[in-house]
Amino acid sequence: MNRITSTFSNLKAQNKKALIPFITAGDPEPKMTVMLMHALVQAGADIIELGIPFSDPMADGPTIQRSSERALHYHVGLTDVLTMVTEFRKTNSVTPVILMGYANPIEAMGHGNFAMAAKKAGVDGVLIVDYPPEECEEWVQQLQDQKIDPIFLLSPTTPKRRVEKVAKLAKGYVYYVSLKGVTGASHLNLVDVSNKLAEVRSLISIPIGVGFGIRDSVAARAVAELADAVVVGSRIIEEIENSTRSALLDNVNNLVKSLRTALDEVNSTNSSQILHASRL
Amino acid sequence: MKIYDLPDKHGHFGPYGGTFVAETLIAALDELLAQYRHFRDEADFQAEFTHELKHYVGRPSPIYHAKRWSTHVGGAQILLKREDLNHTGAHKINNTVGQALLAKRMGKTRVIAETGAGQHGVASATVAARYGMECIVYMGSEDVKRQATNVYRMKLLGATVIPVESGSRTLKDALNEAMRDWVTNVENTYYIIGTVAGPHPYPMMVRDFQAVIGREARVQMEEEYGRQPDALIACVGGGSNAIGLFYPYIEDNNVRMIGVEAAGKGINTHQHAATLVTGRPGVLHGNRTYLIQDDNGQIIETHSISAGLDYPGVGPEHAWLKDCGRAEYVAVTDEEALSAFHALCRFEGIIPALESSHALAYAAKLAPALGKDQLLLVNLSGRGDKDMITVAQQSGIVL
Repeated sequence: MNRITSTFSNLKAQNKKALIPFITAGDPEPKMTVMLMHALVQAGADIIELGIPFSDPMADGPTIQRSSERALHYHVGLTDVLTMVTEFRKTNSVTPVILMGYANPIEAMGHGNFAMAAKKAGVDGVLIVDYPPEECEEWVQQLQDQKIDPIFLLSPTTPKRRVEKVAKLAKGYVYYVSLKGVTGASHLNLVDVSNKLAEVRSLISIPIGVGFGIRDSVAARAVAELADAVVVGSRIIEEIENSTRSALLDNVNNLVKSLRTALDEVNSTNSSQILHASRL
Repeated sequence: MKIYDLPDKHGHFGPYGGTFVAETLIAALDELLAQYRHFRDEADFQAEFTHELKHYVGRPSPIYHAKRWSTHVGGAQILLKREDLNHTGAHKINNTVGQALLAKRMGKTRVIAETGAGQHGVASATVAARYGMECIVYMGSEDVKRQATNVYRMKLLGATVIPVESGSRTLKDALNEAMRDWVTNVENTYYIIGTVAGPHPYPMMVRDFQAVIGREARVQMEEEYGRQPDALIACVGGGSNAIGLFYPYIEDNNVRMIGVEAAGKGINTHQHAATLVTGRPGVLHGNRTYLIQDDNGQIIETHSISAGLDYPGVGPEHAWLKDCGRAEYVAVTDEEALSAFHALCRFEGIIPALESSHALAYAAKLAPALGKDQLLLVNLSGRGDKDMITVAQQSGIVL
């Protein structure tokens, strides 16, 4: 059993939901990334999504764009990102690490080279935003050869037949984009999420994570009612952006702890009340 | 070449093109493709498009023999396809009329566009006014500063211009931002891409709308000269005016096709936009194509004196035409383009766009090596009125 599968099955046994924070590798500066990854785990993260900086992050809102720009200021490339994962793995062999990014840095390294290097570094899954299922048959094969999980996005506008297509390719978990828009937007509609997730769940057997637009504990808890995992990105990046270097780790730790607490309340409170409250 | 029928049904031109976008955009692109396939063959749509091109754009654009300049240059005869005479002053309007008619039929009330120099923004604002649609134009904040006249032109036409502050604050960032708007407002919004790049079906659709240039040229050449030209020459940024001219000639192997990129301050400097001449394949803005990128796969800022060629990618069909050898791609510098700009002003009384001046510059390089009976057809894709300030600055003149 790989790290992603065992993480989800352990959580399930404890009746808990997975918390998946996203940070961009090299933000706010390269030497902070591994420290931040450990801090996220310490605060209660179950899986880490680590962003590969890219000059043209088309699907991201301004917050994550700025995190990429800060990392690129230090010329953080894919090789550096893998080095960070290797470093993280020296003292953490249990927390799954998912790389998330755009196609071009991967193409520049080459699919096969990347897959081998990623496996060696200890990467568990990869989500390439601009590789939809139609365009990445060879890529998925290269990942599978190295036993790395290909993670895919689903969106509110994904029709049933595409969900079925993704179901055949996706491993680890699928990432449901909770709204029409870019990362960090603020118009999350929980009723829509709930309706669509019911359909997705009937077609996909692996865990479902939900992200985009989850900005606070209330939203995180409400989404955790519906999904197996909650992904929080822009809100954490904002904390990184707004913190002094000396307070950064503490601030991120506090934020992630509050999200963890919210997620862990899910099964001890009346869920319909939370859903109702969060709509207000 | 055997029957040319690219792209395939997934939008691929050999290994290039395709649909490299986030899942959130797939449904919108599927809808666009289905609607485009439906309407492109519909008689009513084609009739309205043709009518608008004739009465609103002013087509057909003539082919003009630049006799004095040809004599001065020596060698082959240089003919100009006069897209500069179109309404709004460039070929861009052919595409925006086509896409606006499609948007209208799709029931969209809001159109968005990206723009670099502002030509496509102006062409989009123009058709939005013409067909009564709201228009938002994304433009890098650097470009907003450099192209104040075009910004004002768009505002006069009723468009809202949004300066983009991310990345290098130029065309590529405007395109990123337009994509973000589209994904957020996809129900009522139509995204008019201005060149033959972006995800499928844009490279195919924009080509189809621009192909009127080459179709007219075939008829006009036969009528005026009794034969087709020996070579076609067009500038290539994204490559829409070039594809528009080339496409109807692709199966005609006797006609050379030459795309001219911007070598900026020289292809050995880092200040150029010669994507096909110097770049390598990758994925950007929804398609696989040649890109100007660093070893880490980050997109590098480009430079050209002509804002319309200042783009780090290129249409995927050009990437394919390069690889299969059907078209040749070369690059000319800012200096060479400026020299051709001035020559056309003085010898023919035509002020060309700086973009088109790149094609002219290459024609002037090629012609002397050829016989006087050879015919070079250059796409004069736009007029240079918009470039007055840039050209004056180059001569040390403040207007």
